[in-house]
Amino acid sequence: MSTLAAAWDWLTDPAHWPGEDGIRHRLLQHLLLTAVCLLLSCAIALPVALVLGHLGKGGALAVNLANAGRAVPTFAVLVLLLLTPVGRWGDGPTVVALVLFAVPPLLTNAYVGVREVDRGVVQAARGMGMTGRQLLFHVELPLSLPLLLNGVRIAAVQLVATATIAALAGGGGLGRIITAGFNLASTPQVVAGAFLVAAFALVVEAVFELAERLAPARARGGGP
Amino acid sequence: MTPLPDDCLARNEWICGVYLSTRRQILLDAVVQHLQLTSVSVLTGLVVAVPLAVLARRWGWAAGPVLAVTTILYTIPSLAMYSLLLPLYGLSAALVVAGLALYSLTVLVRNILAGLRAVPEETRQAARGLGYGPVRLLLAVELPLALPAAMAGLRIATVSAVSLATVGAIVGYGGLGNLIYAGMNSYFKAQVLTASVLCVLIAVAADLLLLAVQRLITPWTRTARA
Repeated sequence: MSTLAAAWDWLTDPAHWPGEDGIRHRLLQHLLLTAVCLLLSCAIALPVALVLGHLGKGGALAVNLANAGRAVPTFAVLVLLLLTPVGRWGDGPTVVALVLFAVPPLLTNAYVGVREVDRGVVQAARGMGMTGRQLLFHVELPLSLPLLLNGVRIAAVQLVATATIAALAGGGGLGRIITAGFNLASTPQVVAGAFLVAAFALVVEAVFELAERLAPARARGGGP
Repeated sequence: MTPLPDDCLARNEWICGVYLSTRRQILLDAVVQHLQLTSVSVLTGLVVAVPLAVLARRWGWAAGPVLAVTTILYTIPSLAMYSLLLPLYGLSAALVVAGLALYSLTVLVRNILAGLRAVPEETRQAARGLGYGPVRLLLAVELPLALPAAMAGLRIATVSAVSLATVGAIVGYGGLGNLIYAGMNSYFKAQVLTASVLCVLIAVAADLLLLAVQRLITPWTRTARA
């Protein structure tokens, strides 16, 4: 119990909030890293997945990518990147690692989403004379939205976790509070940092959950 | 002063045979630690997950809270998970095992529950009609039919545990992660690459092994597919 009280004291100490190593700066860093990398990964993964799903090609690759991603340790990739020339541009390794780990779930879910669109609907749309482009944007994309958004949610949670591990390899973000705590052998700081990270991850998850509930029924997959 | 040998170690190359031969014992120890950490934690997770999933299946009201708690646990990043357990376990291997077991538990409960739920009601009724009691129904009908889903969960949990164990390096018990961490601080390319590759190999080997076990213990899925 005393450790928890000490962690709470550390967290509420106003001296720990401002400054370069302060909680506020680390929180912003974490948020920025997660948001930028999520946009970047979506920009890379979604168009590829939609086109592959539309054409019905590269299925094995798209589906197995998420499984393969799980087998590769984030920490190892971060350190490997750090030792390559990428490591010399500041946040380079962190950003590259984050994007690498967010792309597989996005790609797999979007691909599966497009492929699972009712073939009858697709054939009906073709029969109505829709072009490939119209089919993709007016039929397949809207109908695959629930799975696609689920992929975005998984990717976002994955990004928060990866951004935390980045602190082990010298990256910024909330994980730095934890690693600094370990270096100072300060259990209260470690626990306080872990609490912040856990809360951050849960808030991200909750935001997506809320967005899903507020979204129109069509995007939830619960509609007609 | 003796001149430094001009081998791949001195040149700090990524791929280095000399590293493999001179550090064999260190690598072996790290692999053994890695295997111990992951196997103990996944087995612990499995031992807790089976009764939890069965209870959640029996009492419908328990399923919601069980799934909610496991979702929350799974959302917490690994570094934070280890750190939150620090006051309980201190700097020990038990800390890493506990953290990994919690992640495995999450995946396993979900998959076993999904497997149990997918058992057709007709099958259940047929077994009851044959005079099966609740315990025999569970052991002889429901659990075997949930095996494919449970094994899929076990494979995911194991592969994730192998990968997440590396983060245990923060407390000095990360198996191959320790080598990666030390290699990062000393800029030792061969060590980082070798440990990373070994880690992926362990994950792939474990996955294939479990796949073989799955095919062995669920022969009916094989014949159905053939």
